[in-house]
Amino acid sequence: MAAETAKVDPMHQFTIEPLLGANMDVAGFNIAFTNSALWMLITAVVLWIFMLGGMKRELVPGRWQMTVETFTGFIDDMLEANVGKEGRKYVPYIFSLFMFILFANLLGLLPLGIVGLHPFTFTSHFTVTGVLAIISFSIVLIVGFWKHGFHFFSLFVPHGTPLPMIPIIFPIELISFLVRPFSLGLRLFVAMMAGHVLLEVLSSFVIDGWNAGAGFGLLVGVPSFLLMIGICALELLVAAIQAYVFALLSSLYINDAENLH
Amino acid sequence: MDMEAAKLIGAGLAAIGAGMAAIGVGNVFGSFLESALRNPGAADGQQGRLFIGFAAAELLGLLAFVVAMILIFVA
Repeated sequence: MAAETAKVDPMHQFTIEPLLGANMDVAGFNIAFTNSALWMLITAVVLWIFMLGGMKRELVPGRWQMTVETFTGFIDDMLEANVGKEGRKYVPYIFSLFMFILFANLLGLLPLGIVGLHPFTFTSHFTVTGVLAIISFSIVLIVGFWKHGFHFFSLFVPHGTPLPMIPIIFPIELISFLVRPFSLGLRLFVAMMAGHVLLEVLSSFVIDGWNAGAGFGLLVGVPSFLLMIGICALELLVAAIQAYVFALLSSLYINDAENLH
Repeated sequence: MDMEAAKLIGAGLAAIGAGMAAIGVGNVFGSFLESALRNPGAADGQQGRLFIGFAAAELLGLLAFVVAMILIFVA
């Protein structure tokens, strides 16, 4: 396998390591406290501190409160534009989802490697993003069936479909509906993983280039390093865009459940 | 052909899909800019649709990446 011969293994950064209680088993499942769980905890704590600083409800908001209110206002506007007035009750969920993913993506990109720590991006694991996607999908299903009953199935037959087309349209719409949680989770997980693999591969160019001698270092290492700086900026953008896309698509799917077509 | 070589060639071919997705994403943003410059007033209202189009185009490129990763590390 190619990955085993490379000096820098780009997949090593995604390894899940147990930190506490490696042998703790509950009903045959290992429940060790892993680095993934640690970074989820860090994300939750950072997010909590961020929100706490902005929820003082001062009449004249300071900088911190302005920042928090910009985010809440952003999500509020997004839900109102996509779902309508009834969409406001989903603001807490979509806001938590957006901020959690955003903070996770950004914290995973922190250059803590220079002080010896290893940041771990748990959004680069399908188990995590898949569960987030399933939560969104369950809300769509529960709200849809709660509000519309079996009329919810009219989602799969768009208005004005000619009668002979219904047997064809219905399975297509059903499949495209059922694929949603999969594509939602897959998009975030692959985008984050691809970005981190790319950074790791570029850093291996820099390291291997300089190890091969100063000539290679100047020819390969320096341009790779410059490219890496640019890619890092791109990754910050991708981290924000992927969090936004996840929240946006969740709110669109909730719109389907709330208003049908 | 050697099995390992076939996998790597397949992974390389899957990278074409990533390039195709680049065309798609470029097309989404390019068309948006083109029309946003014609009618800047309507541009802000279409930002949600812009990102839906971006997400749809990007997903297919990411699928190509997944295929490549499966070929190299799983298959």
